[in-house]
Amino acid sequence: MLCLQVSTAGYGKIEDIVTRMQDDKTGGVPIRTVKSFLSKIPSVVTGSDIVQWLMRNLSIEDTGEAIHLGSLIAAQGYVFPISDHVLTLKDDGTFYRFQAPYFWPSNCWEPENTDYAIYLCKRTMQNKARLELADYEAENLARLQRAFARKWEFIFMQAEAQVKIDRKKDKTERKILDSQERAFWDVHRPVPGCVNTTEMDIRKCRRMKNPQKVKKSVYGVTEESQPQSPVHMPSQPVRKTTKEDFRKQITFLNMQIERHCLKMSKVAESLIAYTEQYVEYDPFITPAEPSNPWISDDVALWDIEMSKEPSQQRVKRWGFSMDEVLKDPVGRDQFLRFLESEFSSENLRFWLAVQDLKKQPLQDVTTRVEEIWQEFLAPGAQSAINLDSHSYEKTSQNVKDPGRYTYEDAQEHIYKLMKSDSYARFLRSSAYQDLLLAKKKSLFALRSSPECVSVTSSFPCKLPEEQVLVSC
Amino acid sequence: MCDQTFLAIVFGPCDKCSKEKPLRPVYIKSEQLSYCSLCVEMMATEGLRENETLASLKSEAESLKGKLEEERAKLHDVELHQVAERVEALGQFVMKTRRTLKGHGNKVLCMDWCKDKRRIVSSSQDGKVIVWDSFTTNKEHAVTMPCTWVMACAYAPSGCAIACGGLDNKCSVYPLTFEKNENMAAKKKSVAMHTNYLSACSFTNSDMQILTASGDGTCALWDVESGQLLQSFHGHGADVLCLDLAPSETGNTFVSGGCDKKAMVWDMRSGQCIQSFETHDSDINSVRYYPSGDAFASGSDDATCRLYDLRADREVAIYSKESIIFGASSVDFSLSGRLLFAGYNDYTINVWDVLKGSRVSILFGHENRVSTLRVSPDGTAFCSGSWDHTLRIWA
Repeated sequence: MLCLQVSTAGYGKIEDIVTRMQDDKTGGVPIRTVKSFLSKIPSVVTGSDIVQWLMRNLSIEDTGEAIHLGSLIAAQGYVFPISDHVLTLKDDGTFYRFQAPYFWPSNCWEPENTDYAIYLCKRTMQNKARLELADYEAENLARLQRAFARKWEFIFMQAEAQVKIDRKKDKTERKILDSQERAFWDVHRPVPGCVNTTEMDIRKCRRMKNPQKVKKSVYGVTEESQPQSPVHMPSQPVRKTTKEDFRKQITFLNMQIERHCLKMSKVAESLIAYTEQYVEYDPFITPAEPSNPWISDDVALWDIEMSKEPSQQRVKRWGFSMDEVLKDPVGRDQFLRFLESEFSSENLRFWLAVQDLKKQPLQDVTTRVEEIWQEFLAPGAQSAINLDSHSYEKTSQNVKDPGRYTYEDAQEHIYKLMKSDSYARFLRSSAYQDLLLAKKKSLFALRSSPECVSVTSSFPCKLPEEQVLVSC
Repeated sequence: MCDQTFLAIVFGPCDKCSKEKPLRPVYIKSEQLSYCSLCVEMMATEGLRENETLASLKSEAESLKGKLEEERAKLHDVELHQVAERVEALGQFVMKTRRTLKGHGNKVLCMDWCKDKRRIVSSSQDGKVIVWDSFTTNKEHAVTMPCTWVMACAYAPSGCAIACGGLDNKCSVYPLTFEKNENMAAKKKSVAMHTNYLSACSFTNSDMQILTASGDGTCALWDVESGQLLQSFHGHGADVLCLDLAPSETGNTFVSGGCDKKAMVWDMRSGQCIQSFETHDSDINSVRYYPSGDAFASGSDDATCRLYDLRADREVAIYSKESIIFGASSVDFSLSGRLLFAGYNDYTINVWDVLKGSRVSILFGHENRVSTLRVSPDGTAFCSGSWDHTLRIWA
């Protein structure tokens, strides 16, 4: 059986709670021996006592939440009902017992079927009604007998040995240990239909601290080598920090120290302002009009959004920032049409062309860089954009080694220019204002234009319902 | 024999050039070394850099870290939740499961929304990747990957393709067609190759580029057509578990989170790490940008979610409770950024008030760990995927 050492941060919190729960010096749950019909039930606590403790000590206001947490603690194997295989917590007089630390999940048990076979075999040797195998256990035993047919004698002998050892123990102690052992198997071989809490996220379980596989049997049984489970991937060797690593760190830290940062008060104001501006657009806070399709089963909201006429609310959003206009295909188109009407659309078209360039497959990049140069930047270009001489120089150099970021510098300049010039004019325009006040239908009806090209895709597919128009 | 006093000269391999020569003791930052005379000369003329030892570099880094913390602390004049006291409290929320998607035969590990606001792609431990119209709950496409544990999947911006990967260490792109006898696996394109499992993938704002994160500790940007590596991102000290692209029309950055407890912000163009945050106590399973792009949230195995602001360059909020002791696997913001939805390994989803730092709601329903959670593109709902084999749409 392999031993996995996962980071203890995974179990630390839950084990801390379970330890506190049992500590009677600091207000733990009342664990007592209960007198039952003919005998005594040692070391138990009621479900409701556990629920109460959780609520008091973990500041839980809702009983349901406490029961859910308690059930998880049980399902993980830290506490268990003494008369049930199903590990869940009930808020009533049902009796529970705490699991022995030996069996805690943090010991990374991954018991093999041989151990389980020994356990089930052992159970059949004990002549007590309450220890009778449940149906699923009997089925498991039958399956294991078939699988281990050849070494069943060995398993039987191990079970016998266990029973002998157990008989020597004190009666009360045996009751407790038997129940804890049963609870251990309820975690590792759960009742069919119950969650197996020992399942691990494969991304986490490969970080083994102990590369030499430590085989550990619950019953101390030594076996010939077991093949390594295919689930475990080899762990990464831990790299020691080198001089180069430290030099990089120092450069990085110096860069961070140079960085101009904002005060928390400013940052808080900014975050608050943003949420306040957008709260009316957040369907979780401001119910969507006419309705939220998921709640009403009516897609009217989506149909409206697909239509060519934007709602007032949508138009208002374009005024929040230029990014909002550029993000919304309808807004982008309105912006473009407005600029075309003023014969000043070259900046926006350049910006859109560069965005499109960055979306191209690598093999098409060089051609597109050339096309953009010809259209927007070459001397005598048809749609000459206005770049300052420094940016123009830099861009001309970049074009000699064409790539997706050739026009990055130019694009940044044009973006800033648009923001202060074109965008501001657009918001003041009657076209925009009319839409905003829903005075009349948009003057710039969307239509297919011969010089516009839809976003290319190398896969044949169903075209999205909105045409994304890009000039080039 | 002459009884002269000789200078005791040690003869042996020089600590610098390894040649067998007479050696002289040399003291470099309180460490004693033995150099030959030539190396002593060279040392005298070389810059300070060459004389640095591992210890001196380490202490320099430590002192810079201290200085950085000092500088940042000067700007920490108030807490976010204090300023947010003036903000109106949120009302009671009624969030319910509106759709349950059943069809996966094993743990659901990842999901992503299509831009059309209703279709989703999901992947599971048994290798199945399914495309659903989650509004009608109909399955539209399905493909079985050749590996188990498909931990990452993504929908292309055009809605015409999906990407996925996991234990195969690759990210593959599948075009979606509506042909009658569709064999999705036939048109599969292998794009990314890592040396360990693929933990996350995302298309950039184009079908032509994919960003990936891997258990090999790196992130990478790939050209889909050619499969060529465009840029790689090195810096995490352990597996990278998640990534998210900045929501800007002009930005070229993304954030990643890993098992080294760090969240790192990267420049896609240069491959450099721009900012780094290390305040979690355990693995960061999920990172997601605040809608304005100025901040991002993280979910971790330390049972907390945190908010980091890029302009303040620090953690600005922690979302935690004494009663939440299981790791947060997946986080996402509502459209305005006021709410943070977080899925946990205790089978629940907690809804946090991002500004005030308090929990607004706890959602029960899943019967095993919540492994993935995303808000829909228009914010009308969010989808959660779980180890209980189902996906749920909540609104």
